[in-house]
Amino acid sequence: MAAQTRVTVLGAGVAGLTTAVELAERGANVTVLERGSRVGEHACSWSAGGMLAPWCERESAEEAVIEGGGVALNWWPSHVDGVVRQGTLVVAPARDNAELARFARRTSRFEALDGEGVAALEPDLAGRFRSGLFFPDEAHLDPRAALAGLESRLAALGGHIRFGVEAEADSAEGDAVVDCRGFAARAEFPDLRGVRGEMLVVRTREIAFQRPVRLLHPRIPFYVVPRADGLFMLGATMIESAERRGPVVRSVVDLLNAAYALHPAFGEAEIVETRADVRPAFPDNLPRVDTRGRVTYVNGLYRHGFLLSPACARAAADAVLGPKEMSHEADRERRRA
Amino acid sequence: MELYGVKIGSRLLLGTAQYPSPAILADAVRASGAEILTVSLRRESGRLREGQDFWGLIAGLNVKVLPNTAGCHSVKEAVTTAQMAREVFGTNWLKLEVIGEADTLQPDVFGLVEAARILTEDGFEVFPYTTEDLVVAERLIDAGCKVLMPWGAPIGTGMGLNNVYGLRSLRAHFPDVPLVVDAGIGKPSHAAAALELGYDAVLLNTAVAKAGDPVAMAGAFKLAVEAGRSAYLADPIEPRDMAAPSTPVFGRASLA
Repeated sequence: MAAQTRVTVLGAGVAGLTTAVELAERGANVTVLERGSRVGEHACSWSAGGMLAPWCERESAEEAVIEGGGVALNWWPSHVDGVVRQGTLVVAPARDNAELARFARRTSRFEALDGEGVAALEPDLAGRFRSGLFFPDEAHLDPRAALAGLESRLAALGGHIRFGVEAEADSAEGDAVVDCRGFAARAEFPDLRGVRGEMLVVRTREIAFQRPVRLLHPRIPFYVVPRADGLFMLGATMIESAERRGPVVRSVVDLLNAAYALHPAFGEAEIVETRADVRPAFPDNLPRVDTRGRVTYVNGLYRHGFLLSPACARAAADAVLGPKEMSHEADRERRRA
Repeated sequence: MELYGVKIGSRLLLGTAQYPSPAILADAVRASGAEILTVSLRRESGRLREGQDFWGLIAGLNVKVLPNTAGCHSVKEAVTTAQMAREVFGTNWLKLEVIGEADTLQPDVFGLVEAARILTEDGFEVFPYTTEDLVVAERLIDAGCKVLMPWGAPIGTGMGLNNVYGLRSLRAHFPDVPLVVDAGIGKPSHAAAALELGYDAVLLNTAVAKAGDPVAMAGAFKLAVEAGRSAYLADPIEPRDMAAPSTPVFGRASLA
């Protein structure tokens, strides 16, 4: 049997871990180097919503999110527990109903709902909205649980993560290197920019949602993602800035006002966490998988870390190990030999 | 068209917010032919240096940057933002916004006049975002403004020219001041209507940025602005109450 390809992956965010798992599953000997002391500490995916919502995202993103999103909807459930496929509900305050019409024109794969339809899906929203859109094929996951799931999956496949290691792609060991450092790899890409996002996590037992709910509003694109134990993630701002300080008051006020408009019970929710981070993005807001010599770069996942990382991980693994079908054939040939 | 002594070819000014991506913004700007882009310091970046990537991208479009004070609710806030903007963008041009009311984003015209005076004395060339109120316009001119930017309708509403009478009298009252309809434009026909009224230019953002195809919409606005301007110069007919047949009635066959 041929020697295992030794691959070093830089960064243990969602891009790094999906890539590491994909590589390990295809037989590579994978080491992940992470500057933080644990998974998520320095990763903007730790602040993610965890929505696998390609059809909703198409409202403002290029067509590529649909294809990549399709990959994600298959990849995640076969790799981590806790992927919930209950769709996405989109509503708008009565005075912003035009926003709903616009959203519908720009998207596909949804059912238009009346007030009763909204209430049937999310009983806690009964009587609050007269219309809505339901995207039944979408899913969501808890990003932190998912990253932990990938960490153990990688360990089970024989890969490992070395924490507290800051490394550059050129000097890293291995037959191949995959640089998944996100904004920290900025020096490699002159056109990579940071898009700041702010989020909150609140807890209330007074409301239960089965699925992410998006509240359309002309000024804030707001969503709520339900998590275990009465937790709700509220997100997220989009600011053209690479600034890392904590969330600013204006953003928090906007997010909380939107939550309160969605359901007044959020007014009594406990604020558990506020967080801000910087998403790496290219000018077209789409990710890139670039190979230069021994190094493959995965970057620019923007607000689509969980949505587009499986497709990127596949492309990166193809770049490092050759396309998947080919390697299956190669395996069969090896076995015959 | 001359704005503060600078000759400008295109009568379409664009904003830079809310585009699906910077790449689409760049394509839309190219399709629009716009030579002036307004950029918000408050809305698009939390603090100065961290927004450089986005601003660098705008600078790369080879346009004149008109920094704005969008989101400022007080004179002090607007003046501070203006000074920061001058430092970052290296221009004395400033689109001055002092917002007075959160729901309609209606300008606080009292604060606007005060801020315009302070900034003009400080060497700024101020483009005030104002209402179509004649008296406020007078005060802004007194404060040193050499361009006026009345709204068509509240920001982002896309309702077009809400008070055509007001805009018409503003034009008549200030025949020599460059006038730009800023805000409320939703469709190219609105832009054409503003130019037909004799307005020198229009400034808009949402109508292009949030269109299904921003690049195609930018192109449509380019044509509309050109059409409106050409129509104004061609001296449109006056509307009238009675029909006036365009075919001569003289010499018709008489069947009586």
